[in-house]
Amino acid sequence: MPEPLLVVENLQTHFRTPDGVNRAVDGISFHVDAGETIAVVGESGCGKSVTAMSMLRLIPEPPGKIAGSIRFQGRDLLTMTDREMRAIRGNDISMIFQEPMTSLNPVLNVGRQIGETLRLHQGLSARDAEAKAVEMLTLVGIPAPGRRVREYPHQLSGGMRQRVMIAIALACNPKLLIADEPTTALDVTIQAQILDLMRDLKHRVGAAIVLITHDLGVVAEVAERVIVMYAGKKVEEAPVGQLFRNPRHPYTQGLLGSVPKLGSSLTGTETRLAEIPGLVPSLKSKIPGCVFASRCTYATDLCRKVAPALEEKAPHHVAACHYAIREAVAA
Amino acid sequence: MSGAILEVSDLKKHFPIHGGFFGGTTAHVYAVDGVSFSIAKGETLSLVGESGCGKSTVGKAILRLFDITAGQVVLDGTRIDTMTASTLRPIRRRIQVVFQDPFSSLNPRMRVRDILAEPIRNFGMAKNRADLEERVALLMDKVRLPRDAVNRWPHEFSGGQRQRICIARALAAEPDIIICDEAVSALDVSVKAQIVNLLQDLQKELGLAMLFISHDLAIVEHMTHRVAVMYLGKIVEVATKRDLFSAPKHPYTEALLSAVPVPMPGAQRERIILKGDVPSPINPPQGCRFHTRCPYAFDRCRKDEPALRQTEAGHWSACHLHDRPDAENPLAGAKGADLIAAH
Repeated sequence: MPEPLLVVENLQTHFRTPDGVNRAVDGISFHVDAGETIAVVGESGCGKSVTAMSMLRLIPEPPGKIAGSIRFQGRDLLTMTDREMRAIRGNDISMIFQEPMTSLNPVLNVGRQIGETLRLHQGLSARDAEAKAVEMLTLVGIPAPGRRVREYPHQLSGGMRQRVMIAIALACNPKLLIADEPTTALDVTIQAQILDLMRDLKHRVGAAIVLITHDLGVVAEVAERVIVMYAGKKVEEAPVGQLFRNPRHPYTQGLLGSVPKLGSSLTGTETRLAEIPGLVPSLKSKIPGCVFASRCTYATDLCRKVAPALEEKAPHHVAACHYAIREAVAA
Repeated sequence: MSGAILEVSDLKKHFPIHGGFFGGTTAHVYAVDGVSFSIAKGETLSLVGESGCGKSTVGKAILRLFDITAGQVVLDGTRIDTMTASTLRPIRRRIQVVFQDPFSSLNPRMRVRDILAEPIRNFGMAKNRADLEERVALLMDKVRLPRDAVNRWPHEFSGGQRQRICIARALAAEPDIIICDEAVSALDVSVKAQIVNLLQDLQKELGLAMLFISHDLAIVEHMTHRVAVMYLGKIVEVATKRDLFSAPKHPYTEALLSAVPVPMPGAQRERIILKGDVPSPINPPQGCRFHTRCPYAFDRCRKDEPALRQTEAGHWSACHLHDRPDAENPLAGAKGADLIAAH
C-alpha cells in the first residue's frame, strides 16, 4: 500500500507562556490520502488551528515548539531547512485562512498577489503570471476577471476576497490544501457559493483538503472523513456518515446534540438542545485521565485516572473512550 | 392587534454619508427602509438576514440608540420614538438588550455585583440595600451562576458566563421585552446550546417578549414563534415558524434555507445558489431589491417594488410572483422540506 500523501505522527505543539506550558496540540496522529477531504472539528481552543499552522510550520518558535513528525510525500517537514520548507509552502501545500481581509495585502493588486506564488515557484514572468492570475480568477468564478485582476482587496466584497484567497492557494496546483475556517466569516448565501466552489474545484484540481471548522453542517457537506479534537487531543475519527449516524465519543455525541437541526419544526424534533456542562479545561496543567472526564456525564473513576487510548470501535472508526464500546445513544 | 407589546410601523433609518469639499451630505445609507412588525406579549419574533440587511439597525432604533428617520415605534400603546430623553428614561426599563460580544459589552472595571446593581439603582427598584443584594443574588440564580461570583470581575469569566451576566443585567430591570442582537452568535457550539436553553427557560418563566436578531436560521427555528426575513433594509417575508420553514413564499427565503449547511451527510436537497453579492444599501436596486440575485426575476421586478402582503393567513410576502396563477408560480406549494432536507 503506498504511503498516504501526508502522515502526521504524535504531533505536539506546545507554547511557553509566563504561567506554564500551554499544550495546544498534545500528541495528534492522522493521515491524509491524495485527493481526500478530511475535516478537523472542535470548539475554540481545542487546537485545530494550531494543528493546521504546525503542518506548514507557521508557528513562531519560540515561544512555540513543534515535536513529532509530519511526513509529506515521504519527507519529514519538521526536519527540513527553512529554504526547503519555503519551496513547499504555497506550492505543494497551500493554505486558506479565515479572514480574507487580513490575509490579503491591501497595497498590492489582486493580480500581483496571485502571481507572486507563480513567479516564485514556477519562475513565470510578470506578464505570464498576470495572464495565469486572470485564468485563476475565472476558475474561482469572479466576473470580469480581466478588470478585477488590477483591483485591490478593499474593492472586493468578502465573498470575492475569499475567492481570491482560493485562487492564490490553487495557483500552483497544490497537492494539499489546508483551509482554516474558510467560510466562517461569510454570510450563508456566500458560504454556499464558496462551499460549492470548493467541491467543484476539488473534482477539477484533485487536491486533498484538510478543512478546519467548528461548523458541523459544513463538515457534513464537504468532508469524507472527520477528526474530532478536544483539548489538544484527537478524541474520535470516522468516515463522515458513520460519525454523524453513530458517534462513539461522548464529546462528539454532545456536540452533535447541541446543534439545532434546520427543519426541526417540520420533522417534529424540536427537543431541548443537549448541553455539555462546564467549560473546556485549561491546557496549562497536565490532565491525568481522560481530557473530557470533567464534563462527561458517563465519567467514572477510571476516566479520571487513566487516559483512554484511541481504539478502533468499528472499521475505520476510532475513539478515545473507555466506554465507547457500547452502542452510542443516537444524538 | 390588541396583545401587541411592541409595534413598529414603517420604520426608516437613513444614515447620511458626509463627503465633498464642504463636508456636506453626499448620499445616504438606506439601512432600514420601511419596516413594520409587531410582537405580542410573551412572543419571540426573529429578524433574520445577512450582514448589512439592517436587522441590527432595527434593534438599535427600537432601543432609541439613535433617532429614526421616519416611522413609529409603539411600546404597549405609547409612542416612544418621539419622546424626549427625560420622558423616555423611565420607559427604557421596559426594553432591554443583550448584544453579541460579551467581551466588549461588560465594563471591565466593574464587579459583577455593580454591573447587575446599576440598572436596579437607576430605575429605583430596590427598597434598601438588603433588597438590592437580594435582587442581585436572585438574578445570579436565574442565569445559573453561583451567587458568590458577584464579587468577581468580568475578565474572570468565560464567554458563555459573561453572556449569562449580560442576560442577568438585562433581566435586572424587569423588562417586558428583550432584544437579543446576535446574542449567541459569538459562542462555541456547546456553550451556545446552554445559552439558548437558558433564554428559552427564562422566557417561559417570566413571560418575556423577545426580538431575536440572528443570521443563524437553525437557532432561529429552534427559538422563535414567528420569523421576519430582511433583505437590504426591507422585510421580504413574515410568517410563523412552521409556515416559513415548510413553505417559504419569497425567493430570498428559499435561497437562504437551501444555503444553510445541514449536519446530515449525504442529505438530498434542492439547492439554490444565489449569484453575486448583496447590493450596496447606498444605492439599492430599482424595483424589487432582490431582483439582481433572484433566479425567478422577470420584467416587472426590475420596475415595480412589490409590497409586503398577505398570501395566506398570517403569512406575508413581498413578491410579484404571487400575482401569477399557481401553475406559473415557483413559490406555490410547500417545498421547505426539500430545501432543508427535513424528511
